[in-house]
Amino acid sequence: MLKLEPRTNPSVLMSWMSPVFAVLLTVLCGVALFLSLGKNPLEGLEVFFWEPISNLQGWAEVGVKVAPLLLIAVGLAVCYRANVFNIGAEGQLVLGAITGGWAALHLNESSTGGALMIALVLIAGMLGGMLWAAITTILRDRFNTSEILVSLMLVYVAQLLLSYLVHGVLMDPDGANFPQSKLLDDGFLLPIVVHGTRLHLGILMALLASGLGWLFLSKSFSGFKLQVGGMAPMAARYAGFSSRKSLWTSMMICGALAGLAGVCEVLGPVGQLTPTISPGYGFAAIIVAYVGRLHPIGVIFSSFIMALFYIGGELSQSRLGMPNAITGVFQGILLFSLLACDVLIHYKLSWRK
Amino acid sequence: MPSVYQGIYSVHVTENIFIGPDDLTLEAQQYTSQKDDGDMDTRLKLRGITKRYPSVVANDAIDLTVLPGEIHSVLGENGAGKSTLMKIIYGSVKPDQGQVFWNGREVSIANPSAARDLGIAMVFQHFSLFDTLTVTENIALGLPKNTKLDELAKRIETTAKQYGLDLEPQRHVHTLSVGECQRVEIVRALLTKPQLLILDEPTSVLTPQAVERLFETLRKLASEGCSILYISHKLDEIRALCHTCTVMRGGKVTGTCDPTQETAAGLSRLMIGAEPPAIKHVERQPGATMLKVNNLSLAKSHPFATALSDICFELKAGEIVGIAGVSGNGQQELLAALSGEDPRADSAAIVLQDQPVGKMNAAGRRLRGLGFVPEERLGRGAVPDLSLAQNLLLSHQTSETVNRGFVRFNAISQIAANIIQRFKVKAGGPHATAGSLSGGNLQKYIVGREVMRDPKVLIVAQPTWGVDVGAAAQIRAELVALRDAGCALLVISEELDELFEISDRLLVIAKGRVSPSIKRADASIDQIGLWMSGLWEQPPAATTTAATPVEVSHA
Repeated sequence: MLKLEPRTNPSVLMSWMSPVFAVLLTVLCGVALFLSLGKNPLEGLEVFFWEPISNLQGWAEVGVKVAPLLLIAVGLAVCYRANVFNIGAEGQLVLGAITGGWAALHLNESSTGGALMIALVLIAGMLGGMLWAAITTILRDRFNTSEILVSLMLVYVAQLLLSYLVHGVLMDPDGANFPQSKLLDDGFLLPIVVHGTRLHLGILMALLASGLGWLFLSKSFSGFKLQVGGMAPMAARYAGFSSRKSLWTSMMICGALAGLAGVCEVLGPVGQLTPTISPGYGFAAIIVAYVGRLHPIGVIFSSFIMALFYIGGELSQSRLGMPNAITGVFQGILLFSLLACDVLIHYKLSWRK
Repeated sequence: MPSVYQGIYSVHVTENIFIGPDDLTLEAQQYTSQKDDGDMDTRLKLRGITKRYPSVVANDAIDLTVLPGEIHSVLGENGAGKSTLMKIIYGSVKPDQGQVFWNGREVSIANPSAARDLGIAMVFQHFSLFDTLTVTENIALGLPKNTKLDELAKRIETTAKQYGLDLEPQRHVHTLSVGECQRVEIVRALLTKPQLLILDEPTSVLTPQAVERLFETLRKLASEGCSILYISHKLDEIRALCHTCTVMRGGKVTGTCDPTQETAAGLSRLMIGAEPPAIKHVERQPGATMLKVNNLSLAKSHPFATALSDICFELKAGEIVGIAGVSGNGQQELLAALSGEDPRADSAAIVLQDQPVGKMNAAGRRLRGLGFVPEERLGRGAVPDLSLAQNLLLSHQTSETVNRGFVRFNAISQIAANIIQRFKVKAGGPHATAGSLSGGNLQKYIVGREVMRDPKVLIVAQPTWGVDVGAAAQIRAELVALRDAGCALLVISEELDELFEISDRLLVIAKGRVSPSIKRADASIDQIGLWMSGLWEQPPAATTTAATPVEVSHA
């Protein structure tokens, strides 16, 4: 019988190599998938791993996807390190898009935009994300509800709310009844970082968030308190660190970053409010956070991989005639491979009768 | 033993020969009837038992022989490998190497139920009883489904009476004292007519008086031919009770002897390899009141907690006050209320240096001069995955270690290195994780961490629990040195000897109430034992003759 035996000294190197192995395993599974569908696996791999980064335009598109993934993953890393299992970042993103989008549409009626307006809209988006996260937090804090369930369910509430709004009050009156808002003026759109591409300011904000997240978790006393609360709640109580404070801090950071990711989508590549503002960035960022070892710098690399999957998925639809679900399939394989590799960090397989 | 039997002679073959748990009609003839070949003289024989865990060899070529009717003690410090060995005998752990002979036949004990079928019974340190069920119902749980409860109740009563164990089968377990719960476990074991009864640290939950009654039962049992394996680290008990003693140290047998012929010092030398140094105790005049507890009452925070009621005591600078008591009588709750981990108390119920702190959290009280060493080292006193330097931040949270919200990593490494050096902590350095240290070394580090803060009041729970004797002596000496420096210390311990060794005054906690204090010089073990049953309101004259004290309520 196969048995898992605990290892005495789990390797630190392997805990960082595990994501690499997981990506390699995912590639192998991809090859098998392409073969079984009768496609040339080399062609498939090229579409996923080479074509997106073969030119500047491609890099920029990857950056466009990295921005929201990285913003959210940094927030999730903070949450998960505090043992707060917020899996509703998608909902916080949608709320950020709603409040930010609403503020932008409202301000756009009397202003043509500019740096100050954009800043106001970004703040509105962050507040929206925090508001959505606060519902989960208050219920957990006061009534000890599971933040996993509440935050997940609130995702669907947020999506339906967005859908309701773009079908109603926020719908463009001249939009031929399409469920979408007016297009925002150029003055409200985020500045483009690389000329001639769609890569916007969001990527710089995401990298900044990653740096600040690292400073917070690795160097600050508040970040230390938060992680002690996550690792050993009794030790946190012994030390006098407030678990409520950790809960609120981590949820508010994550809500703000997810909200920012949402409003950046509105002010960035989308340029208006639509019912599907995010192709599941909030959920994909959970995988990104874990593949990046819940490390604010580590998630830069994992969000890059995840962005490749998104673009590769889109390309393989047009180039190879693969179904739409391919991106989700790759995300799922990556997560499973990572979990499998992580088990082997702490356990070894042995054969015993 | 013919070699052809080795390995194939499993319990499934033997279970037809010996009684099963449901076959309770066979009587004690089992103990005498089967001495037909030479090897039959031994009840249990272990040869070369070895069990390796990833990080440690728990048992290294252990040989052990138990004769019928023998009370055989296995003596060793925490971590010596006693529990692993017992689990191997009881079938819950499989040895990597070695042979087990049962009544002269080699057996391989696959699981605890196979062990029970052989006639091996075990009473664990921690009881597995359901509070809401009666004694009979609890015992019936381990028996076949068709057991009739009223018949079983009668059998329980007969067996209990036979061995002098008072037990009412109809009582619900939550109304029983800890000693009575242990009797339920013992009767449950006896109903299977065991030929070998294993007891794991049975006296850690008993008052000294209840211990004596347990010993009478065990002696009677042994006189009828049942062998007893008695696991303990308490030398006096072993010398009073046991016929033979096997001493273990670091997974190996270091000697087998007749404990009645050995001195406590001799046994101690076998157990730890050295004699523990004695502590010099000098009377000192205590100073000002540093901690005052006024009518502290606290409701249960969960159904299995102990409510605290009306606790009053004072702690003065330059004295050590010891709190004795059987575990589960409110120690945990009192500690949490004093440390600030449970801030539900009335503000005025706890006064720290003239300041009411009942509602303050642990960090606030720490700033006002309180230090606390909890009994759980990993997960409460230290975070296992963090380095020793980082763990310093749990209690050192001043400008020395934190600057404008940022951790001063150089400073904490330096302080951690100082603690390691001054308190002789065996560790890889300030960056070794807390989880990588042995229990004793981590305890030295945590005590050192609190001592270095120079607290005005230090509360220490179970200072030497699971700590080897050398480290324990060092920790006690540090506590006494701190007292001499003028700190007020409160020590909660289940080891009476330890409290008598270091305390100036003693308190006893029972059923969530705390006794008046008594000077250590005026206290006797008997009297404290009686107080541990909650009986401090009686006139002291009665204490010396009281024969059957009421027992402590089970939490």
